[in-house]
Amino acid sequence: MRAVRLGVSSLLLHKLRSFLTTLGVLFGVASVIAMLAVGEGASAEAQDQIRRLGSRNVILRSVKPPQVGDEDAEMRVLSYGLTRDDFERISETFPGVDQSVPVLQTPAEVRSGQLLCRPRVLCTPHLFQSVTRRDLFSGRFLTEQDEASRSLVCVLGYEVARFLFPFDTALGERVKVGEHYLEVVGVLNSRLPVGTITLDPSSEAGGEVFVPLSTGRAYYGERQTQMRSGSMDIQEVQLHEIIVAAERDIDVPVIAAACRSMLKREHDEKDYEVIVPLELLARAEETKRIFNIVLGSIAGISLLVGGIGIMNVMLATVTERTREIGIRRALGAKRKHIVTQFLVETMVLSGAGGVVGVGVGLLIPWIVERAADLETIVEPAAPILAFGISVLVGIVFGLYPAWRAANMDPVEALRHE
Amino acid sequence: MSGSTAESAEPAAAGVPVPSEPVAELSNITRLYRMGDEEVHALDGFSFTFRKGEYWAIMGSSGSGKSTLLNILGCVDRPTGGSYRVRGQEVADLDDDELSTFRGAELGFIFQSYNLIPQLDVLENILMPVMYQDEVPEGIEDRALELAKRVGLGERLHHRPMQLSGGQQQRVAIARSLINDPALILADEATGNLDSKTADEILELFDELHAEGKTILLVTHEAEVGRRAENILRLKDGNIDSVERGVSREGEGTDAQ
Ligand SMILES: Nc1ncnc2c1ncn2[C@@H]1O[C@H](COP(=O)(O)OP(=O)(O)O)[C@@H](O)[C@H]1O
Ligand SMILES: [Mg+2]
Repeated sequence: MRAVRLGVSSLLLHKLRSFLTTLGVLFGVASVIAMLAVGEGASAEAQDQIRRLGSRNVILRSVKPPQVGDEDAEMRVLSYGLTRDDFERISETFPGVDQSVPVLQTPAEVRSGQLLCRPRVLCTPHLFQSVTRRDLFSGRFLTEQDEASRSLVCVLGYEVARFLFPFDTALGERVKVGEHYLEVVGVLNSRLPVGTITLDPSSEAGGEVFVPLSTGRAYYGERQTQMRSGSMDIQEVQLHEIIVAAERDIDVPVIAAACRSMLKREHDEKDYEVIVPLELLARAEETKRIFNIVLGSIAGISLLVGGIGIMNVMLATVTERTREIGIRRALGAKRKHIVTQFLVETMVLSGAGGVVGVGVGLLIPWIVERAADLETIVEPAAPILAFGISVLVGIVFGLYPAWRAANMDPVEALRHE
Repeated sequence: MSGSTAESAEPAAAGVPVPSEPVAELSNITRLYRMGDEEVHALDGFSFTFRKGEYWAIMGSSGSGKSTLLNILGCVDRPTGGSYRVRGQEVADLDDDELSTFRGAELGFIFQSYNLIPQLDVLENILMPVMYQDEVPEGIEDRALELAKRVGLGERLHHRPMQLSGGQQQRVAIARSLINDPALILADEATGNLDSKTADEILELFDELHAEGKTILLVTHEAEVGRRAENILRLKDGNIDSVERGVSREGEGTDAQ
């Protein structure tokens, strides 16, 4: 402890120099912690989004192909996307498929009294809930019975329910979906729309309404008609989405490959996309791994530079204090005393840089989170690791100057001016 | 001579008062510097014994070997030949660590340029030699305080060397050289950097120490300073040129003899 105090008082003789010397380690440590925190936060967010898609699912989605033909035509029918046949093939012939859920989307407005909104109206069988692991807020989800009897019922997403029935429970109320009145039998818990990873420009993020698929087909059909700047835009899509749930994780890549080859065979143009959350997850993890390697290298280099800076200054200090070393040796200091003295000084320098660096490193994520609205995660190990490294840098880069100091000839050292 | 250890069984040689016990014994001491093909015999194989309570000025022209001798006496340098014993301990038998401890325990150094540690205050500087000993003697801080007062720095215990005058710094150095009650006090041109009045004060301090029975070896090239010592050892080309005993008795006969 005495050695540390003496080391500090030696360093305080050259305040500015000592301060500048610590900066290298300070920024090294701070950048390690800050970058790790931001990186962890970003990757956690990405992984969370991907997991929401269901890691055991393969999602097939219809994509409007690039427009061809006459733009000015008053009325035309654009037919594209996944078909009922695609769905049949998958659910009947693919091995390893636990469930497959078709989704038909209809561009209907949803009203209750004066209130009107345009959520995504998804016509889908009861299996949807279990495959996408959605939680019920109240009531029930669609049932097999609804599907079989084409019931005029619907389940609202939480946002839609809150919008249409701000003060009351939506259960048992009737809402007008397009031209038809449907009874609300359930409300699902809030959750970011499934499509946020691959943004579907036609989707209206802001809520969902679920209708039995049979009801949807019977009452709304597969033609989606929208008025656009005076002209009628009619699209014909049999299915907007097919969610294929695998029995086991290892079946996912097989199913994905089978879907891709089947769709390629059956479709003339690429009016679909295949989303495999597991692949995205793997890619996200790979990205994170590369990110960590790059980050580690940058941090390593900056700490190395910091360490070299410290070593440089300590070598200069040793030369400058040759006489002091000679005096101490003459007055009874052993080599190990001199080694300890300079090693302690180096470690105080790098340790101080480390402590302040940890402080700055924790402050940056805190600011980023508030200013840039990015999620950051500070792993408890990160500051400890970064500080440990800074002390290690002190030892490694302090050893040589200390060794030089200890091995000076006392006579020569005393004669030094 | 100081009267503290007057009784010695050894029969005294003619003309020399009863010799006290030897403190530093040099025999056939050599120090050879090799510069390429050239050899410099900085010390050329002489023998000499410094005894307890003696006050010696070591003189000689530049290059005569004064500093080399003092370095060897101070155990910061090793002789290339011959033997050197301090209080009976053969210095060549000690390894680097033991020699360091030995210096801190048995020797007191006073340098021309004071050589205080700038980041330490007066008290810490005085305590320096003790701090490197394996065991710190009890009550050593009180002793340091006493020594500081003794050299007239009782009021400046927590000043840094930079805040002191040259004379004051040299007083701190003297206090430092006394902290371990050394067998031998070695001073290299201790007054060389001081004006004559301050130098005189320092030399008076040496006189006091001598009167207390301390063994002092003072290297100087100034005849005036040399005359203040009890004895003068003159070197020439690494050998003893002359030995003068009992030179400084004119006027002040404070010493009982
Ligand atoms: N480190 C050294 N290397 C080579 N020669 C040296 C060294 N130190 C002293 N000498 C030589 O030894 C001789 C005695 O030097 P020194 O003891 O310094 O004399 P003094 O102190 O009496 O002036 C001189 O000739 C000097 O050149
Ligand atoms: Mg000299």
